[in-house]
Amino acid sequence: MKTFDYDRAASPSDAVRRCGPGAMYLGGGTNLVDLMRLGVAEPDRLVDVSRLPLGTIEQVRDRLRIGAAVRNSDLAADPLVRARYPMLARSVLSGASGQVRNMATVAGNLLQRTRCAYFQDVSRPCNKRRPGSGCPAIEGDHANLAVLGHSDACVATHPSDMAVALAALDAEVHVTGPGGDRIIPMPGLHRLPGDEPERDTVLEPGDLITAVELPAPPPGASAYRKVRERASFAFALVSIAAVLDVGPDRAVAGCRIALGGVAHAPWRAERAEQAIIGGPATGEAFLAAAEAEMEQARPLPRNAFKVPLARNLIVSTLQELAP
Amino acid sequence: MTRVEGRVKVTGLATYAAEYPVEGVTYAYPVQSHIAKGRVTRVDTSRALDMPGVLGVLSIEDPPELAEDADAELALFQSRDVAYRGQLIAAAVADTYENARAAADAVRVSYEPADHDVSLRADHPGLYRPEVVNPNYPADTEQGDVEAGLAEAATTVDVTYTTPVLHNNPMEPHAALAVWAGDGRLLVYDSAQGASLDRDTIAKTLSLPPNRVRVVSRHVGGGFGSKGTTRPHAVLAALAARAVGRPVKVALTRQQMFDVTGYRTPTIQRLRLGADADGRLTALEHVAYEQSSTLVEFAEQTATPARVMYAAPALRTAHRLVRLDVATPSWMRAPGECPGMYALESAMDELAYAAGLDPVELRIRNEPQTEPESGLPFSSRNLVACLREGARRFGWDRRDPAPGVRREGEWLVGTGVAASTYPARRVPSKAVACVRNGDFLVQVAATDIGTGARTALTRIAADTLGVAPDRVHVELGDSDLPDAPVAGGSMGLASWGSAVVGACEELMKNGTEGRADTTGEIATDTRLARHAFGAQFAEVRVSAVTGEVRVSRLLGVFAAGHIVDATLARSQFIGGMTMGLGMALMEETHTDEEFGGFLRRDLAQYHVPACADVQHIEAMWLEEQDERLNPMGSKGIGEIGIVGTAAAIGNAVHHATGHRVRDLPITPAKILMPRF
Repeated sequence: MKTFDYDRAASPSDAVRRCGPGAMYLGGGTNLVDLMRLGVAEPDRLVDVSRLPLGTIEQVRDRLRIGAAVRNSDLAADPLVRARYPMLARSVLSGASGQVRNMATVAGNLLQRTRCAYFQDVSRPCNKRRPGSGCPAIEGDHANLAVLGHSDACVATHPSDMAVALAALDAEVHVTGPGGDRIIPMPGLHRLPGDEPERDTVLEPGDLITAVELPAPPPGASAYRKVRERASFAFALVSIAAVLDVGPDRAVAGCRIALGGVAHAPWRAERAEQAIIGGPATGEAFLAAAEAEMEQARPLPRNAFKVPLARNLIVSTLQELAP
Repeated sequence: MTRVEGRVKVTGLATYAAEYPVEGVTYAYPVQSHIAKGRVTRVDTSRALDMPGVLGVLSIEDPPELAEDADAELALFQSRDVAYRGQLIAAAVADTYENARAAADAVRVSYEPADHDVSLRADHPGLYRPEVVNPNYPADTEQGDVEAGLAEAATTVDVTYTTPVLHNNPMEPHAALAVWAGDGRLLVYDSAQGASLDRDTIAKTLSLPPNRVRVVSRHVGGGFGSKGTTRPHAVLAALAARAVGRPVKVALTRQQMFDVTGYRTPTIQRLRLGADADGRLTALEHVAYEQSSTLVEFAEQTATPARVMYAAPALRTAHRLVRLDVATPSWMRAPGECPGMYALESAMDELAYAAGLDPVELRIRNEPQTEPESGLPFSSRNLVACLREGARRFGWDRRDPAPGVRREGEWLVGTGVAASTYPARRVPSKAVACVRNGDFLVQVAATDIGTGARTALTRIAADTLGVAPDRVHVELGDSDLPDAPVAGGSMGLASWGSAVVGACEELMKNGTEGRADTTGEIATDTRLARHAFGAQFAEVRVSAVTGEVRVSRLLGVFAAGHIVDATLARSQFIGGMTMGLGMALMEETHTDEEFGGFLRRDLAQYHVPACADVQHIEAMWLEEQDERLNPMGSKGIGEIGIVGTAAAIGNAVHHATGHRVRDLPITPAKILMPRF
C-alpha cells in the first residue's frame, strides 16, 4: 500500500476544502481500503468523512432523508425503512456480510467500484484503471460482467445491491462540492462506460455525497431479488428491484423495474416499464415487456445466460407482485 | 473429551507461524512474474534499495546458493527462465512489511516474453503417459478386453466430464519465519503439514544436513494438502534471513497463495461403461487428462478409484499429462480420488438411467469380491452396508426415478447418490512416551492442521496406557521430535497412532520410557486392499427461473474402521462434504488464457460455501472391526468426506431437472442456457 496522509473533516464543507488533488474521501473503507491494498487506488491523502454528522435517517414530510454516513446495517434495520421501503432493506441485507454491512456506508456503497478481476489486478490491463491499456475481459473472464450499456472499452458491472433499489425508488442523491450543492436523481448518478470507463459516476473531483433522499414510497407491492452462485456473500449475477401497482380493473397503474449485475450502472428497465404500464397484469404481458427490454442486450459468449436470467427474473418477480 | 488445544485457540493464545515473537525480525515480500513464459533479462533493484528500511533484494542478478538438485519449484532465483505467471522472480527485504512491499513494487523486471500455452485440452499434442501417478501408482492398467466388453453390453455410456482448477484456500495463509543461529543452524516456523518432511526438504534445498534445520509448526490453520509439501515462501524466508543476517518473516497474501501454493489440476475425464441386461458391468474404461508445469511433473491419480470400486471383467484406466506454462499442481483434499470419483460416480448414475436400474441397486450389483485391479482381498469393505443404511435414513425408497418431474413452485426437486472411497494407508512413524511429573508425555513430530490430531493422539495414548486423557500430554509440531509423516493422505492418525501405541506399550513394560519406530511393523503387513468407503445422498432444489441450485439435504454414511473420536470425526466428515458441495456448485479458479496465471484470486470471488449454503447436513458411520489395519483398527477420515459429494449433488441436479451438467461447477449459467 502506498504511503498516504490521513485527515479528518469537521463538517461537509470542511471535507470539501480538505479534499484537494490526489485526495479521496474515506467512509467505511470496506472497498477503498481493499483497493489501496491491491494498489488499485493510490490516494495521497484520505479525508475521513465517516464521523461527519451525516449518520441519521429522518422523515421530512412524506420523504425520507438518509445521511451519507449511515451504516448499511443501520439502514436495513431502521423501522421507517423497513415499514415504508422494505425493498430497500432487502437489497441492503442481500449485500456483503454482516461484518461488512456494519462498516459500509450509504455513500460508499453507491461509489464502490467494479469487482471485475482485471480491474482488481494492477499487473493486468484495464481501461477503467488505466485508460487506454485495453479491456482483456471482453475476450477473457466476463462471465459476471455487463450485457447492457457496455462499450468496446469496458464491460464492467456496478456491484451495489442498494443502488438498484434506490434506482427503482427514484432516489435523489444530495451532493456538495467545490461547485456548490446539487441534487442528482437516481439512476443518473452512475454513467455508462462509453469511451471514458474510468469515470463511474457524474461526480466531479471533490464532490461529497451528503445524503440520499427518497420520495414517498410508490404505490403497489415491491420486491428485491438477487441471483447468485452461493446463498450469501456473493455479488449478484443479476438482481432486480421491482414495484408493481395494479388497479382494481387488473390494469397496471404503475411499474418500476431496476436491474443489477447487468450494466455499468443500476439499469432502469424503462422499456419494460413502458410496455407494462396501462396494460393487463398478466404473465404474457410481463414476458413481452421483459423481452422488449432484453432485446437491447449485447451479451458476450460467457455471460449470455444473463439475458434469459434477467428476462425470467422480471417475469417471475412481477408475477409474484401481481395480486 | 474436548479439544485439548481448544482453549488456546479460542482465546487467541495459539501461536501460528507468522506470530512467533522474534527479536529483530524483518520481512520479505516477493516480486512475481508478470509473464507466463520467457526470460528475465534484467532485475533493476536500484530504486528499491534506496527506499526506507530496505535491507536487500534477492534475485537472479545475484543468485543465492542452493543445492543443484533442488526441486525446481523451490529453486528460487536460480534461472532466468520464467515457467509461469506469478512465479517468484525476486524479493525485497525490509524492516517492516509495508516497506518490504513498497520496495518489491519498486523492483523493475525486464522480460523477453515467449508465447505461452496454459490451456488443457484432450487433444493437446503434448500429452504423454507419465511413468507413475501420485504417489506411486502405475499410470495405466488394463485387464480384459474393454472393446469386446462394450460391444457385448446391453447398455453403454460414453461420457466426458471436466473439473476446473481448484485452490485449497486454508484459513491460515502460508507463512514462515526463518531464524539462523550463530552456529549455522536454521530454525523455521512454518505453516506446514509435516515438520519432518519440511525439515528434510528445506535442508536438501539449502544443501544443509537435516540435523542443522528445525521446523516448528505447533498450530496450523488448515492446509487441505497445500502445506503438505514445502512451498517457496519457506525457502524464501530462509534465503532472505541468510542474506540480511536477521530473522525474516514471509506471509503470503491470499492472492499470492493462488500462484505459489499448489492447486488441484483441472481434469478432462472420459468414461466408457457397458453393462449387461442385469446391470452387471461388462467393461469399464476411465481415461483422465490433466496438466502439470514445465518445472516439475505432478501427475494426479484421477482414474485410480476405478481400480477399486466395481467388478468388471474388462477394466482399463489411463492417465495422460501435458506440461503447460502453469504453476505445478499439488495435493488438494483427496487428490485424484476426489475428481476421479466425481466422474466415475456421475457416469454410474448415467448408466443406471440408461439401464433402467436404481442407482443404489446398480452399485450393489457390481460389488466386487476382491479388489478388481489387484485381486487382493479387502481388509474390510462395507460399501453395500453404507448404501443400504444411507438409503434407509434418506428415504430413498420413496424416490420416483423419473427425472425433471417434481416441482414446488419455481423449484425443481431431485435426489442423487454416489459412493465414496479413499485408501487407508499408513507409513512409518516414530514416537516417544515417558513419565513426567507423574503424568505421561508423548512426543511425535505429527502436525495438527485443525483436525484435532492432538486430541485424537491424546485419546489413543490414554487408552493404551489405561489412564485418564488429562494425564497425557502430547507434544507435536516440531521436527526435533521423533520423525513422523505429514498430516495428509488420510494417513496421519493411523501412522502416528501406531507409533504412539507402540511407545506407550513399551513405556508400560519398562516403567520410564518407551520408544517406537513402526518401519518394521509396516514392512511386514500382509498385502491387503485397504480402503475406507462411504455413500452420500443429496437432495437439491433447482430454480427453474434462475438456475440457482440449493442443497437442501446432504447425508453421508461412512465405514472407516474404528472411529477414534466421534466429535472430531463428525467435523471431518461434514467438513469434507461441505467442501464437496463447494466443488459441485461454486469453486473454480479461472485461468487467464491471454496473460497466463489465475484470475479472481480472493475469497470474495473464489466462492467456497457459506453457512447459508449448508442447509441440512448429516454424517454418520458404521463401526467397523478391522484389526488388520493398525493397533487402533482405524482408517483415515480426512478425505473420504469430500469424495463422492460432488457426484451425489450433480446426480441430484440431473434428477431434479432432467439435464446432465458434465462440467463442474454446476452454476446457474450451465443450468439456464440449455433450457432456452
